[in-house]
Amino acid sequence: MNVSLRVWRQKGPGTQGCFETHEARDLNPDMSFLEMLDVVNERLAVEGKDPIAFDHDCREGICGMCSCVINGEPHGPEFKVATCQTYMRSFRDGDTITIEPFRSRAFPVLRDLVVNRSSFDRIIQAGGFVSVPTGSAPDGNAIPVSKEIADLAMDAAACIGCGACVAACKNGSAMLFVAAKVSQLNILPQGKPEKDRRVLRMVQAMDAEGFGNCSNTYACEAACPKGISVNFIARMNRDYAVALLKNKPA
Amino acid sequence: MNLESRTPSGPLAQKWDRHRAEIKLVNPANKRKYEIIVVGSGLAGASAAASLAELGYRVKCFCFQDSPRRAHSIAAQGGINAAKNYQNDGDSVYRLFYDTIKGGDFRAREANVYRLAQVSVNIIDQCVAQGVPFAREYGGTLANRSFGGAQVSRTFYARGQTGQQLLLGAYQALSRQIGAGAVKMFPRTEMLDLVVADGAARGIVARDLVSGKIEAHSAHAVVLATGGYGNAYNLSTYARGSNATAIWRAHRKGALFANPCYTQIHPTCIPVSGDYQSKLTLMSESLRNDGRVWVPKRKEDSGKPPASIAEEDRDYYLERLYPSFGNLAPRDISSRAAKRVCDEGRGVGPSGLGVYLDFSDAISRLGHKVVEERYGNLFDIYKEITGENAYDVPMRIYPAIHYTMGGLWVDYNLMSNVPGLFVAGEANFSDHGANRLGASALMQGLADGYFVLPYTIGGYLATQKPGAALPADHAEFRKSIEDVGTRTRRLLSVNGSRTADSFHKQLGRLLWEKCGMARNRQGLTEALKAIPALREEFWQNVRVPGCGEELNQALERAGRIADYFELAELICLDALTREESCGGHFREEFQTDEGEALRDDEKFAFVSAWEFKGLNGSGHWDLHKEPLAYEEVHMSQRSYK
Ligand SMILES: Cc1cc2nc3c(=O)[nH]c(=O)nc-3n(C[C@H](O)[C@H](O)[C@H](O)COP(=O)(O)OP(=O)(O)OC[C@H]3O[C@@H](n4cnc5c(N)ncnc54)[C@H](O)[C@@H]3O)c2cc1C
Ligand code: FES
Repeated sequence: MNVSLRVWRQKGPGTQGCFETHEARDLNPDMSFLEMLDVVNERLAVEGKDPIAFDHDCREGICGMCSCVINGEPHGPEFKVATCQTYMRSFRDGDTITIEPFRSRAFPVLRDLVVNRSSFDRIIQAGGFVSVPTGSAPDGNAIPVSKEIADLAMDAAACIGCGACVAACKNGSAMLFVAAKVSQLNILPQGKPEKDRRVLRMVQAMDAEGFGNCSNTYACEAACPKGISVNFIARMNRDYAVALLKNKPA
Repeated sequence: MNLESRTPSGPLAQKWDRHRAEIKLVNPANKRKYEIIVVGSGLAGASAAASLAELGYRVKCFCFQDSPRRAHSIAAQGGINAAKNYQNDGDSVYRLFYDTIKGGDFRAREANVYRLAQVSVNIIDQCVAQGVPFAREYGGTLANRSFGGAQVSRTFYARGQTGQQLLLGAYQALSRQIGAGAVKMFPRTEMLDLVVADGAARGIVARDLVSGKIEAHSAHAVVLATGGYGNAYNLSTYARGSNATAIWRAHRKGALFANPCYTQIHPTCIPVSGDYQSKLTLMSESLRNDGRVWVPKRKEDSGKPPASIAEEDRDYYLERLYPSFGNLAPRDISSRAAKRVCDEGRGVGPSGLGVYLDFSDAISRLGHKVVEERYGNLFDIYKEITGENAYDVPMRIYPAIHYTMGGLWVDYNLMSNVPGLFVAGEANFSDHGANRLGASALMQGLADGYFVLPYTIGGYLATQKPGAALPADHAEFRKSIEDVGTRTRRLLSVNGSRTADSFHKQLGRLLWEKCGMARNRQGLTEALKAIPALREEFWQNVRVPGCGEELNQALERAGRIADYFELAELICLDALTREESCGGHFREEFQTDEGEALRDDEKFAFVSAWEFKGLNGSGHWDLHKEPLAYEEVHMSQRSYK
């Protein structure tokens, strides 16, 4: 199969970008989308042109590194898969495919399709952890956790931190990402002692990074490669309200 | 050279406790006067960096991804072992130790492995406390399963995402320290050289992958936790970015490389589908708990749809050959068995390089729902990649490069022969001998980072003067920056006609054919001629676009591939020198009548530690041997019959 690519090209963070057209020919439908980009890049390199920069690592949908917007959708057309798990059989021969970086104020473009998502790391640094220094833990079975709670925490913990939720939101909100981590830790008994502090600090860090407010359109859940549920946002809002009340200066 | 393992004396079970009691301590008030560089933020690096910072040391941590949370450890699916004996099924520290030593085909250091089994229990406690959502029983206790090659249920897991959850636990601990200012994190930064001055590791030179700037970082000790080198083979289950550059550069600066030929080939990966392929996807070994492996008995049937092959015409070869372990036979054994049946022409799928992993029995025994609960996400992955539904047709699998047991040589303290250079996780050679058992890499990475290095680095630092580390404008740093710059400019200036990736593919095929699942003298000798020639061509004819002062992914890859050429030669040299078969290293000349690995304990019960002596046409190395003395276990022939 053959496709045309309209790819976002941008030299560096401060510079002007634009779309460039490239032809990708003789593709096998069983190729992954990123393997298709590899093939295009091999040709560009041989021609002495700059290959298209894009982030990727595991190529199996778990590291959260890949981050393209394909035909207007973060991670492309398939439901609940990341860009790296998208295969060319999802497109048709002769298609024109538009490829852009994840766009958001809090994710500046570094080059072409590569963006800087360190704002996510800073949110975790603000409170996305249980403060338990190495060596200070009790026996694993000393903290019983019901299967339902463990499963719910795991549903939230499955987030891969890719940022598709932000890219999909018209306000560029990071609520789904933050809510997933707050919920995982706040649901579990291990995370209870720091419950209020955690949600207050993470929300504050999120706001400071320039992410927008929740748009309540659930575009985030629809774009999430792991299908993280928006119910976690409601849960975080509750935790946040309670924490605010409890911590209100008297 | 003196290869001193520094294994403490005394009975095996007491060595670690005694050693810990005797290790010199750093005065708490002095800890912040020491700087430690940790390269890598996978399980080993993140756990080490967090734990060292908690102790009060000043830590700098580096990774090449955009965030420490994305290290390759994130992809581990199956689980992590620990000798908790929560299932009351006869597990113990000794049994985990013995299984690991035996699984490694008696080529690991006894005392290290015993310590690993001991601290395994602390790892689970630590991770639970961090909020890692391990699978639970209805009663609220931790769930276990049995995993690749074990007869007890000692594997802890978090759905099919154990590596992700453990790594996020370590990443969160690390993030807490970054937030507190105790760790300075350098993401998108690649170490390109180790700096050795006055006989000790004093820092690194690294390239900022966004700006291209090459900078020096000094410290009192350097930890490399940079993962395995399996991507030398190009196609593997590793993340695309995993590479050997950090350990290879350290090797060139004097660190010995141990057992490079011990590479692990995983039996259950999705077969190769085309030339464009960039990676191979692992189907977790846990599938073998319920899936049955088979090929047609007759060659003629291998092209037929599986459903049309009658039960009596199927060869469940693992169950036939290894009745007591069956489909759970260890990785090296199952991989070779798959290769053998495919070599006989009985392989399945378009390329003939595949065997079936069939769940129809499990589905009739347990029901669709239970199978979906256990393996649903793996079946989904399989469908995404192949377009096939494994509930209806058996999966097709084939072995692929998955893990490297070899790595930089370290002593009992995880310090290399270069003082002040510590190596942790998959990057070292220490615990898995010639073959690693399932669910034990995660255990080792976290053991090294949470529970070994925090003690042993202190022992080293106590011998070093506190206060300012070597200034980063010291002559050795300046020289190293100069060398890295020269090499980068050289890669960019060849301006030939082939991309670095095309060379990598060629090198990978060569290694896979000559030094993959089965090796022999002739193939290895050929490879040892072909590799230097290909390397020569690489340096004459590679084309690396762009420049050095920008984000340039082609340049990053070219630098890593250039290192693979040198490493590949050493892998083959080691394989040629080791004239026996053990674990993942199978020399066709050395096998039993039944085709099993034939060890030669008389001549080869040692660790091969290679010292780099320079490149001149081909590479030159000196071999040093660390004898393996077993005080507790008796070396026996591994049998899984
Ligand atoms: C698909 C798959 C499934 C697996 N499943 C299991 C399992 O179920 N159980 C199990 O026990 N094991 C499993 N393993 C093995 C296990 O995941 C790895 O051995 C282990 O995670 C390695 O951890 P590490 O910390 O040593 O290195 P890695 O996680 O590979 O981390 C390496 C780190 O070093 C950094 N780095 C590397 N080079 C440089 C450089 N030059 N400069 C700066 N930074 C650098 C990287 O950025 C990264 O942060 C699996 C492996 C694979 C491939
Ligand atoms: S490359 Fe890892 S999630 Fe896509």
